[in-house]
This record gives sequence, C-alpha cells and structure tokens, in this order.
Amino acid sequence: MGDSQYSFSLTTFSPSGKLVQIEHALTAVGSGQTSLGIKAANGVVIATEKKLPSILVDETSVQKIQTLTPNIGVVYSGMGPDFRVLVRKSRKQAQQYYRLYKETIPVTQLVRETAAVMQEFTQSGGVRPFGVSLLIAGYDDNGPQLYQVDPSGSYFSWKASAMGKNVSNAKTFLEKRYTEDMELDDAIHTAILTLKEGYEGQISANNIEIGIIRSDREFKVLSPSEIKDFLEEVE
Amino acid sequence: MSIFEYNGSAVVAMVGKNCFAIASDRRLGVQLQTIATDFQRVFKIHDKLYIGLSGLATDAQTLYQRLVFRHKLYQLREERDMKPQTFASLVSALLYEKRFGPYFCQPVIAGLGEDNEPFICTMDCIGAKELAKDFVVSGTASESLYGACESMYKPNMEPEELFETISQALLSSVDRDCLSGWGGYVLLVTPTEVQERVLKGRMD
Repeated sequence: MGDSQYSFSLTTFSPSGKLVQIEHALTAVGSGQTSLGIKAANGVVIATEKKLPSILVDETSVQKIQTLTPNIGVVYSGMGPDFRVLVRKSRKQAQQYYRLYKETIPVTQLVRETAAVMQEFTQSGGVRPFGVSLLIAGYDDNGPQLYQVDPSGSYFSWKASAMGKNVSNAKTFLEKRYTEDMELDDAIHTAILTLKEGYEGQISANNIEIGIIRSDREFKVLSPSEIKDFLEEVE
Repeated sequence: MSIFEYNGSAVVAMVGKNCFAIASDRRLGVQLQTIATDFQRVFKIHDKLYIGLSGLATDAQTLYQRLVFRHKLYQLREERDMKPQTFASLVSALLYEKRFGPYFCQPVIAGLGEDNEPFICTMDCIGAKELAKDFVVSGTASESLYGACESMYKPNMEPEELFETISQALLSSVDRDCLSGWGGYVLLVTPTEVQERVLKGRMD
C-alpha cells in the first residue's frame, strides 16, 4: 500500500500520518517474549518469560529484569541489545539527577527522561527507533507506580499491563483478575498465572523471571528458589 | 581590595522554634561610595524557601535569576516545590560548575523542610556546603556577625524573640563594618505566615 513508499526514512511521515518505522518497531516488540506488570496496593510486580534458544545456554547469565535505581526496576519485550543500551542510559540519568539534587529520582521523572531518549531516536538522522517496550516499576513518595514506555517515546501509567507475543490474551486475563486493593503477594500469583496462560511448554522457576518492589522501596529480582515457592502456592 | 568587598554586604540566618529568620543589610556601595540604601539581597524561591546572597551584587542578582529559572522548571516538571536540602545541593552544583571562574557570592539558604523543620546552610563561592543547626552568616561583616550571633543566640526561640535577636545581631555587626549597613531587612518565616520588616539603624 502507499505507506511502503515512505518506509525508507524513519523521519518522514507517511500520508496516513504514521511514522512507519515506529510501527515496525512495535511489531518487533509484539513478537518478543511476553512480559507483564501489576501494581498492587503495597507494591509492584513485573515478570517475563525467559525462553532460551537452547538448553546449553547458562540461564543464570541471562537477566531480563534489571534495576535502574535501588527503588526502580525494569523489564522489556523486544530486542535484548536495545534494552541493554536503554538501561545504561537510564541508570546514568538517574545518577546525574542524584548528583545535582542529592535526592533519588522520582519514578515519573526517570520515565519521562527515558521516554525522551526513545523519542530522540525517532527524530534524528541515521538512527533507528529502539525495538523494545519497557515496563518500569518503582516505589517512591507517590507510592507504587507502573509505567509502560513504547518505541515512539510515549508512556502510560498502568494498574496492570502486558506486552509481547501473548499481549491480548494476557491483558484480558489481567482485566478479569485485577482488583484495586490487591496485595503484592496476590499480584505475584496473578502474574504467574497470566504467564502460565500463554506459555508454550512447562513453566518452571528457571524459565521465568520475576521482580518485585514492596513498601521497603528495595527493588529485587526473585531467585529461582523464591519463584519456586510462589509457583508451588499457585499450583 | 578583594572582589568580595567591592559592594559590601551582610547576610545572616537563624533557626528558631518551628521557624527561621533571614536578614540582610540594605547598602549597595561602589567601594567607599554608597549608591543605594534599599538594595535587596534576600530573595524568595518559594513560600518556604529563601536565599540571601552576599558578595558582588551583580553576581548575586544573576545567580538569583538562574536559580529562580531552575526552580520554576523543577516545579513545572515535578509538580512540587523543591525541598531546602535539594535546593542547597542544586546551588552547590551550580557554583562548582564555575569552579575556575566563579560567581563572587556567598549564599545563605534558609527554608522550612519536611514537617516544617527549619533548615539553614551557607556555602563558599565554589559550593562548599556548611550546614548549621543554629545560625549562618556571610558578607563583609561576617566576622562581627559570628561574634554577635554566638553570644546572642539561644536555641528554640519563639518567632518574636528570634526577630529581636537577629535584628540586634545584624545591626550591631554592621555598625562595626564600614561597607555594610544603612538599615536592615528581616524576614521571619513560620509554617503559617511570613513577616517582613525593615530596620532603621545607624544610617551610615
């Protein structure tokens, strides 16, 4: 269709008003492994599938959920290498904020600045958009927060959201299960169940990753044995 | 002649019970000549945060404009006022940026922080912060101010008594300094109100 003539330069609008490269980036995200996040009354949980290309890969070396600051964590769907670059930039921005104000960066500010970076790559010469959508989970003076950031640089605050391959089923499942006053442990169970819904194969403590943040404001990635405990509670 | 003594200045801030006071002299001079007797050295950043800038008057004005600019952007982005401690860190960073061509100012920062806890601090012209629990001073009259404050200060003073103390400390100190004086300007800030008063001292 007419749009394909405008897909050579990402900085050119197509007649339908879209930036075709961003659409393609979203497709890349949509074919990535499922990830999701749920905001509970007293914390946030983010989780993702960790399907490795072969059983020979050392799964302890792969960490899809990363910490941006002690009280903010992030997970992605899409291209791993692009994610690593964004994590690096975000961590640096958080530290620059601290250097200036000697105060830890609020979640909304970090999300804004990360989104600004992603937007820059949709309006510069010689670069392409990032092929990842991020789910940023944090706990600061405004309580628990969950944000999604897209390749276009737009960001949204969610009570619960999913991204990647199984997004529509996962979101429907979350819509049914989500309640406003959910506690964090319930949210973790719901997250596991949602991942299980779309998982091809057998879910186990070694092929999913879960990160949580409670009111103690310390983001942590759960160890396989901790995940195992939650899995057993769910079954 | 030192660049810090070109215009002449005196600024002092004191902590009281759930309140603080910040005061300055009103003289603007060009070395020995007095140019103005109503010069403003204490500026408002937001309702509960004030900064007094002693030293070179042009740098004081420019630095204040830069700080207000930064604070307004912060307010728009973060939808909240800056805490005094955060503001002090910002001033320190801004001053150090000009480490090898500094602003010739010594700021005195005073504000009510979380739970309306009074906060005061001062720093040198390149951003070395000095926090204090009782009082901070700066300017050409600083040595006299140190002496006056040390002897007159008591902790946990009520607003009226704090006002008296800071006024007396300021007026007696600037009398010993030829480059500052021509009256005083005192701001007393409590969680509920702000009182501004102009003092008449020895007009010389």
